Parts: sequence; C-alpha cells; structure tokens
Amino acid sequence: MKSLAELQAIKEKMQNKVGIREESGDNIRVVVGMATCGIAAGARPVLTAFTDEVEKRNLQNVTVSQTGCIGICQYEPVVEIFEQGKEKVTYVKMTPEKVAKIVTDHLVNGNVVSEYTIGSVK
Amino acid sequence: MYRSHVLVCGGTGCTSSGSEQIIKSLEKEIELAGLSEEVKVIKTGCFGLCALGPIMIVYPEGCFYSMVKKEDIPEIVQEHLLKGRIVKRLLYSETVSEEQDHVKSLNETDFYKKQKRVALRNCGVINPENIDEYIAFDGYAALGKCLTEYTPEQVIQIIKDSGLRGRGGAGFPTGLKWSFAAANDADQKYVACNADEGDPGAFMDRSVLEGDPHALIEAMAIAGYAIGATQGYVYVRAEYPIAVQRLQIAIDQAKEYGLLGKDIFGTGFEFDLGLRLGAGAFVCGEETALMTSIEGHRGEPRPRPPFPAVKGLFGKPTVLNNVETYANIPQIILKGADWFASMGTEKSKGTKVFALGGKIHNTGLVEVPMGTTLREIIDEIGGGIPNGKKFKAAQTGGPSGGCIPAEHFDIPIDYDNLIAIGSMMGSGGMIVMDEDNCMVDIAKFFLEFTVDESCGKCTPCRVGTRRLLELLTKITDGKAEMEDLDKIEELCHYIKENSLCGLGQTAPNPVLSTLRYFRDEYEAHIKDRTCPSGVCKALLNYQIDKEKCTGCTLCSRVCPVHAIEGTVKHPHTIDLSKCIKCGACMDKCRFGAISKK
Repeated sequence: MKSLAELQAIKEKMQNKVGIREESGDNIRVVVGMATCGIAAGARPVLTAFTDEVEKRNLQNVTVSQTGCIGICQYEPVVEIFEQGKEKVTYVKMTPEKVAKIVTDHLVNGNVVSEYTIGSVK
Repeated sequence: MYRSHVLVCGGTGCTSSGSEQIIKSLEKEIELAGLSEEVKVIKTGCFGLCALGPIMIVYPEGCFYSMVKKEDIPEIVQEHLLKGRIVKRLLYSETVSEEQDHVKSLNETDFYKKQKRVALRNCGVINPENIDEYIAFDGYAALGKCLTEYTPEQVIQIIKDSGLRGRGGAGFPTGLKWSFAAANDADQKYVACNADEGDPGAFMDRSVLEGDPHALIEAMAIAGYAIGATQGYVYVRAEYPIAVQRLQIAIDQAKEYGLLGKDIFGTGFEFDLGLRLGAGAFVCGEETALMTSIEGHRGEPRPRPPFPAVKGLFGKPTVLNNVETYANIPQIILKGADWFASMGTEKSKGTKVFALGGKIHNTGLVEVPMGTTLREIIDEIGGGIPNGKKFKAAQTGGPSGGCIPAEHFDIPIDYDNLIAIGSMMGSGGMIVMDEDNCMVDIAKFFLEFTVDESCGKCTPCRVGTRRLLELLTKITDGKAEMEDLDKIEELCHYIKENSLCGLGQTAPNPVLSTLRYFRDEYEAHIKDRTCPSGVCKALLNYQIDKEKCTGCTLCSRVCPVHAIEGTVKHPHTIDLSKCIKCGACMDKCRFGAISKK
C-alpha cells in the first residue's frame, strides 16, 4: 500500500459488496415472488437478472430479495419495488429481458415503467 | 453480486455450540439449492448474545436466527433463502414482528438498544479473515490519516484529549502513557499489546481479536508512529486458538498489502508486528511479567519503577496497552477526540465492554457508555436473573476486583466509582450472583485461583494468599472463631501493601469487599455454624420431612452411599454419619420432602 488512493479504491470496490449489511431505511427493495407459482413461471432467471444488473451498474442503495406467493399467481413472475415514501410498484409477467429496462428507467432514473405494471395488464 | 449475505457467528462461544458444522451444512444446502452464486456465507466474530448461540443473521432482511441447529439448515435454505419466507420459529423472540415477512431491527431489542458499540463495532459485521471487508468499514483509514496529516505529537494530543483510559484494569490515561514513551530517547522503542486475558469470566479481548483483528493491528501501528517505535508484539494466550489463528491471518494480510512493513502509505514510516503466545500463567497479564515473558524468560514480575515507558521490553521504552484500549484508537482518530469524550462520565470517557456471566439470562458481551448503571446492564440488557431469584451481588474485575451489592445497583459504573465502592473495573468481567451464592465461598473461589496463579517470586503473595485461603476454609468448614475475621483483615492489608506486583496487591480484594458488604454471612458461618445460602457442604445437613415423605424409596435408590434407610410407604431417614451431601436425593424427590439446613 503506497498511497491513500489505493486504500480508497479497495474501500469503494468493497462497499457495494458489504452494503446490504447496513440497516438503512432508504434502500430501494426489489422483491421477487419466489413461491412455487413464481418459480414455475420463471422467477429465478428474473431474480438473477436483477442481481446482475444491479451489480453491473454498481447501485449501492438497492437490495434484491425474494418473497413467498403474492397471491396473483396468473401474473407470475411478479416483482414488487418498495421505496421509502413512495407507493409500491408491482411489475407482472416478468422476463429477464424486461429487467434491464426496469433497472435503468425505474431504479436509476426513478421513472416507473408503466407498460409492465399490473395496472396496464388488467 | 450476492443478493443475500448469511452471517454466522464464528466466535468461541458459538463455535463451541456447533457453528462450524452449521457453516458447512449451510454451504452444502445452498449449493444443492443452486444458490451458490446468489447467497454468500460469511463467518464473523462475536455478536455478543452468546447465550442464544449459535447465532446467524440473514441480510438484507436482517433476520436474527438464534439457537440454530444443524437440522434447521435445510429449512432455512429452502424456505428463507430460496422462497423468501422467514423461518419464524427460529427468530430471536424479540425481533418477531406482526407484519408478514418483516422483522424488527436488532437495535430495537432490549439487549442491543442501550448498547453503544465502539470497540466491538465490527464484531459480527465483517469477516475477520478478509482485510478488504475491514477496509470497507473505514479500516486503515485512521492509520492513513495519522501518517499523512498528523505529527506524532498531534496523535498523542488527540488521544490525551479523548480522555481514553486503559481498559485492562487500572485505568491509566492512554495518551499520557504514550507521551512518556515518546519523550524518552532511545535507538529502539516497542509497542506491545496485552492480550493475555486471564480473569475468570472475561472474554472481551478474545472477541475483539476474533471479530476484528485488523483494528488491533491498525491501532498498534498508530501507537508505533506516535512514540517512534518500529516493532510491536502482541502477547496472546495460547488458550485462544481461534484468536491466535485470525490474528496471524490478519498480520499476514496486512504485510501483503504493505500496511505493515517498510514505507507504509509511501510516508517512509516502518512498523512490524510479531505474535508471542503465552504459556497459560495468569501473572503474565501483569505488565512487567508479560514483558519478561516476551523476552524469553520465565514470566515473573519485576519491580516498578522503572516503568515500561522508561525501561520496558529488552530494556527499551515501551508502550503496553490492552486489546480493548487499542480497539478504540482508530475510531478516536477518525471521529475525533470530542466525539469520544462526549460519551461517558466526567473522568471516564467512552464505552466499556463487559462480559456478562453467572446468574443472568443474556450471557454474553455488552458494550455500554461509561456511567451506565448496574441496573441497566443486568436488568435491562442482561434480561435479569433467571428463575425469579433475587440479585445478591455482581463481581467485577475478576480475582483483583470485588463484589458490588444490591445497595449500589444504581451507581453509574466508571473507574472511580467502582474503586470507591471497593471493587474495580478490571478488564470487564461481570459475574452476577443471586441468593443461592454464598459470598464466603465466592471469596474462597477467587482466592484459590490466586493461590494457584501466584508466581512465587515474593513472599507476601506466595505465602500470604495461602494462609488467607486456609483461614477462609476454616470458616466454610465451620471451625473458625470471631477473631479469625480480624486476622483475615490484617493479613489482607499486609498482602496488599507488601506484594511485588498487581497480582498480589489486588488478590485480597474479593475477600475485603465481601467482608465489607456481607459480613453477616461470614458471621453466620462462624457464630451459627450455618451457611445461609446453603452452599458450604460442611455446614449443611439434609433432612427428610416425615409429613411429606410418602416412602416411595426413590431417594434411597439414588443415594450413592446408601445413607437413606426406610421401608416402602413409610417415611425414610438419612444417616448423617454416612451422608456425603451430594444432593442427589433432593434433586430426585418428587414431593419436596427433602431439605438442606
């Protein structure tokens, strides 16, 4: 270690990896329905697509987790996005292809991708 | 990216209750479920709540699973990690929330909410075997700051201003100690760390070594810079294998990264660190004996002065601090002296780690601001005393300390208050005792320890403690007279005043403090020949209540020496000449007919 910059570089590289251990209320939570219905409809590739995208873009304030059956099995895979002080957004019939757009538009820029939400399907 | 981190406690407490197997099983099940790319298992240091071990936390949810068994792992993996359904039955009861798939934060629980973690801040948060994780949590930034922004004098001034006092026992101001060593000119100086934690019931230093070893390395390097030393030694007891192993890994990693060695951060500062293992003698926790031991000699104390800051290791100026003291240093540098001095009481700043043990619900490690009362630590954080028993006393400071009785339950705990009530901070062991503990027996227990551990170099300690133990044994055997109490007191003062080192000087403390607060118990042993708590065997007799005894014969069958006689359906009697007072009959009796008096 020859300079403080080197130390800072390691710190920045690692922060993304340990960030989820800090309890922070303002994290955006991406929750994927992973009950039998969700898994059968292909929730797993959707989940991994989310984690890959989040890592690629180095989003430090986003956690990806899964939950049980949300109760709308005909629309699985279902993804819900929770953000402090905002309405929950529910995306339905998700595919890994849709994930990239949601990450750029919604998670990064804050614009809900309304054509994928449950409102537009009904 | 791992979407979930599973932190499993790898401290000594949880390891002994099987966390190693749990980690293996977790890794296997996670692989079987195809989650290896998504879920990461991390072995951390101690979370503090050792009573509920093995402990596991799953992030991002922050689920705190306690008393996890190997058999529970498939369920945790299938339900929680795969399907996202929290396994409620394993949650720590205080974190269970009404809301579906939601848990309360650990910081809201009674055990954690009053705690303030400074020395333990990374324990249970990072993987202690990964230097990058330490760096992610501001690791080595304090060393960098010292080397690039401050002069050694400024570093010492910051430590002085913070009001940090030695956490090993005596509470000497750390900044002052450093300035003494810095003021002495020498061709070589040393920095040493006392990790020879020998007090029965104390394990805070072990937890820091196991959970955050890099904090110690960083702090010792800072001390080296401040006093002008290029070599450090950590003296750690060999009975702490996990701590030794992780410290060695940490030292190797720091060397590899160039955070130990030559030209650290390109500033020309040089510092190296070596490990020395103690061979298991309590006296080696005394600073001069410790240094003699590092030098390769038998661990025996030498007279002070000269103090280590003048003539320490190998005759050179040396700074010797305890593990917990060092663990505070990087935080003080990063957050400032004012931040540290804002916590605690007027003369005792910052926080203190206590190892809670004995008759208490939440056995484990707690870190609280100085000035927290015994009531808050025992009743609120510790969860009180089990089985509805009454609090009698808390023993602090191990064999050098004393007992704090219930009347001082609300005294703010700091160095000076503890001394004033006849105890001492010591390293921070806190053993809670209830009405079933005999105080004479407790004093005897600690004295047996010091008799065993006296190195034998000076007579007051070698012979004095042994005579003192004989006098105490006379009391517990019911053979003492009242004038023996005066002899005990006289002998205690003699030992305190004449012993060479801290071991002997403090050895009579457990006797003096129990005599001060529980003299009635001593007198009951002598005058009435009874032990009020029912502990001292020689003064106990087991009796069978004829009214309650149904003649079931169970007691006579469990008695190992056939001291109980009687026929079926007729009351039994105990032959006191044969009885060895083991208590087996009393444990087995279903009718509460057997009592001890």
